[in-house]
Amino acid sequence: MEGLTLSEAEQRYYCDLFSYCDTESTKKVASNGRVLELFRAAQLPNDVVMQIMELCGATRLGYFGRSQFYIALKLVAVAQSGLPLRVESLNTVKDLPLPRFVMSKNEQESRHTALYSSDADNPASYSGVIPPPPGRIQVKKGSVSHDAVQQRTSADQQESTSPVVSPQQSPPTSPHTWRKHNRHPSGGNNERPLAGPGPFWAPFSEAQPGSSASSDPIWSGHSPPPHQENWVSFADTPPTSALLAMHPASVQDQTTVRTVASAATTNEIRRQSSSYDDPWKITDEQRQYYVNQFKTIQPDLNGFIPGSAAKEFFTKSKLPILELSHIWELSDFDKDGALTLDEFCAAFHLVVARKNGYDLPEKLPESLMPKLIDLEDSTVGEQTGEVGYSSSPAEAPPSKSPSMPSLNQTWPELNQSSEQWETFSERSSSSQTLTQFDSNIAPADPDTAIVHPVPIRMTPSKIHMQEMELKRTGSDHANPTSPLLVKPPDLPEENKMSSSVKFTSGNTVNGYSSSDSYASDPEQIGSTVTRQRSHSGTSPDNTAPPPPPPRPHPSHSRSSSLDMNRSFSVTPGQQQAGVVAYPPAVPPRPQPSQGAGPHVHRPVDAEGLIAHTSTSPQQIPEQPNFADFSQFEAFAVSGVNKEEEDEIETHSEVLQVEKPSDSASSLRVAKADGRVEDKAPANVPTSAGKGTTPLAPPPKPIRRRLKSEDELRPEAEEHTQKTGVIAAVLASQPSIPRSVGKDKKAIQASIRRNKETNTVLARLNSELQQQLKDVLEERISLEVQLEQLRPFSHL
Amino acid sequence: MSKFPKMNYPLYIRSIPTENELKFHYTVHTSLDVVDEKISAMGKALVDQRELYLGLLYPTEDYKVYGYVTNSKVKFVMVVDSSNTALRDNEIRSMFRKLHNSYTDIMCNPFYNPGDRINSRAFDNMVNSMMMQVC
Repeated sequence: MEGLTLSEAEQRYYCDLFSYCDTESTKKVASNGRVLELFRAAQLPNDVVMQIMELCGATRLGYFGRSQFYIALKLVAVAQSGLPLRVESLNTVKDLPLPRFVMSKNEQESRHTALYSSDADNPASYSGVIPPPPGRIQVKKGSVSHDAVQQRTSADQQESTSPVVSPQQSPPTSPHTWRKHNRHPSGGNNERPLAGPGPFWAPFSEAQPGSSASSDPIWSGHSPPPHQENWVSFADTPPTSALLAMHPASVQDQTTVRTVASAATTNEIRRQSSSYDDPWKITDEQRQYYVNQFKTIQPDLNGFIPGSAAKEFFTKSKLPILELSHIWELSDFDKDGALTLDEFCAAFHLVVARKNGYDLPEKLPESLMPKLIDLEDSTVGEQTGEVGYSSSPAEAPPSKSPSMPSLNQTWPELNQSSEQWETFSERSSSSQTLTQFDSNIAPADPDTAIVHPVPIRMTPSKIHMQEMELKRTGSDHANPTSPLLVKPPDLPEENKMSSSVKFTSGNTVNGYSSSDSYASDPEQIGSTVTRQRSHSGTSPDNTAPPPPPPRPHPSHSRSSSLDMNRSFSVTPGQQQAGVVAYPPAVPPRPQPSQGAGPHVHRPVDAEGLIAHTSTSPQQIPEQPNFADFSQFEAFAVSGVNKEEEDEIETHSEVLQVEKPSDSASSLRVAKADGRVEDKAPANVPTSAGKGTTPLAPPPKPIRRRLKSEDELRPEAEEHTQKTGVIAAVLASQPSIPRSVGKDKKAIQASIRRNKETNTVLARLNSELQQQLKDVLEERISLEVQLEQLRPFSHL
Repeated sequence: MSKFPKMNYPLYIRSIPTENELKFHYTVHTSLDVVDEKISAMGKALVDQRELYLGLLYPTEDYKVYGYVTNSKVKFVMVVDSSNTALRDNEIRSMFRKLHNSYTDIMCNPFYNPGDRINSRAFDNMVNSMMMQVC
């Protein structure tokens, strides 16, 4: 009695048995009732049982402690092996097979059902709970389990106390089910069933850590001798099933009585949820059962079970609605509110598992996903295409990984071949890849939706759109800036190319090409970014007209402007010198002395102006005016002034013409922000002065020039006055022969110079006109583009 | 974000990590009025999927409320921080689309009675993932 040594297998087996008998979960005492039942199941004569009990000390103690229980079990084994019961035999007998317990169907069922009935009155519930199967089992002994299942099913349906089908039956009736199934696979498959429960129980080890696992090898190792075959296996399995029934029972909430069929199914499932690694796998028999159930609802295996029918069906399982809802979500892949055979089987399996104490997974296990059927590749492909593409536009499944596998719902005939299962596992992995792929699509889908508004952002080129799309997939925050950042570099280039002429015109107009525009470029780019962002954000609200396009860099001013610059740069020096020289020449005029005074002032002013403007090379075009202005004497100056006025006016007109075109053409590309700003303030003086339409002001040089224009204007007025005076002077020339001669020369010289200036300016004008035309064309094209893109902004 | 059916009782409410639940509840309820207003104003074009709604922006509260209405008058309301300036219209729309899709998936479930609180784990996961994306 002491020092009972058990082999590992024995240890585990006994532990399981003890747990089974441990109805009160005391882990210490096996209830007598159970133990007795167990012993009875050992098919030992009663006296032997009594002897065993005595030997193990239970009678002494009055209860079965763990050690007593183990001893008893060992004695049972001893007895079963035909050895005399001796205390010594406990330890001496080696290689003692594990005790076998054969329980009658009734006992099993009653026990099991008792286990699971909500009213745990074991004896009482026996009769009421015992389903018909016992008789059936007898019948089925020789039959295929397939038929058995069906018979069971039918019988159950006839007399089920609770709604059929739902595998609400937990393990209790598993034994006979197992029996059947053991029979079914007959010889070679004995291992399988045995192996089944082993690994199957392993998952159950969640409920009963260790014990179930321990039973696995026991059972598997305990393959029934061939002659006993089914019965032995049955004998083995029932206790296991009993044990296992115990386990979930201890864990599970009490459930109501279920039909045998479902219990059988449950046991099937349990036992055959085969591999330790994949408790969710549906075995053939299980699947067969599911299919049969499916047929009861929907005869067409390729058809659907509508949601309401499925709801009713699964509600019978008495699972809480919440769980059923979750099971539905898991199993209905295509979210169509109906269950195909695959989905149905998965759902059924989940219900069964839940009944047995498994927690529902968050995501559908691979093995439960609809199979990727390769038997009909074409259909699969079609379905894949259809479902896949239908899902992507709908964006329905993006977040749902099982959606892709749902593609593979071509349900071929139910081939319960193992290869199918193998391929299934393969496919399930591929389905997983598909799901991954789908999930990859998923983020892309919203992006594709987002891409649509991309045009709104007015990216002129597709490259930008793609970039934006890519960037959007990456990070959303960067998106607004990235395309914009991408754009400006391109845009400046474009603008450089397209508006080079403009820029040169700008140069000619302002002459102050390089430094100013360069400085303004970065600002313009920045402003471009901001402006574009604002455009994208408020595309319908194009409030501010886009600023004019950026002027190209002043790498190369027009030759004319260069010439002008050169020429004018040259002349000012001379002219300045002349200016210096001339003023003294003015006073000699007697009459215009008064005018000369002012003229003196004027040249002085002109000097000042020249000095002022000479700082900016862009003033060069104006300088000649001033230079001329300063050089000439009163009347000559007046003449020049007039010309200057005209020139200035033409220039300003050209500027004015240019500016609106610039404004228009810079619809998208806003680089000349600085220029805009510059032009704006300059517009005021020009408009105030000349009453011209407010224009985007040219850069500062122009402004200065305009200012100078303004300055010129009053001076011009003076000049006109002076002109009148000069005319009077001229009229009175004869009175001054000497000065006249000098004047003539001076006049001629000035005339010559004026003519040169005229030609230069005329050329400038023509070039500006040409530029104007180009700019207008650009403007038109841009406006067209804008119109094309504008409709999208309203979406 | 939260969603309301016709009768304007919430079916589902979930907050971004900063769990000022009560404040969000209040905000959401007040926004419902505006949503209803918009719906009634629409009249004809009932099929207005995108109801981008930025108006409710309190200077103090500094958050934006977006609304979305389905054809069955189920309203989705989303409240986000203004500090999340990167959240663009498109993203909001896509989020609403996802919400809508998930909602229809829930509807397909025969065990779900319209009008019940939404207990779907899948829906929760989707919403959580979406919110994680944003925050």
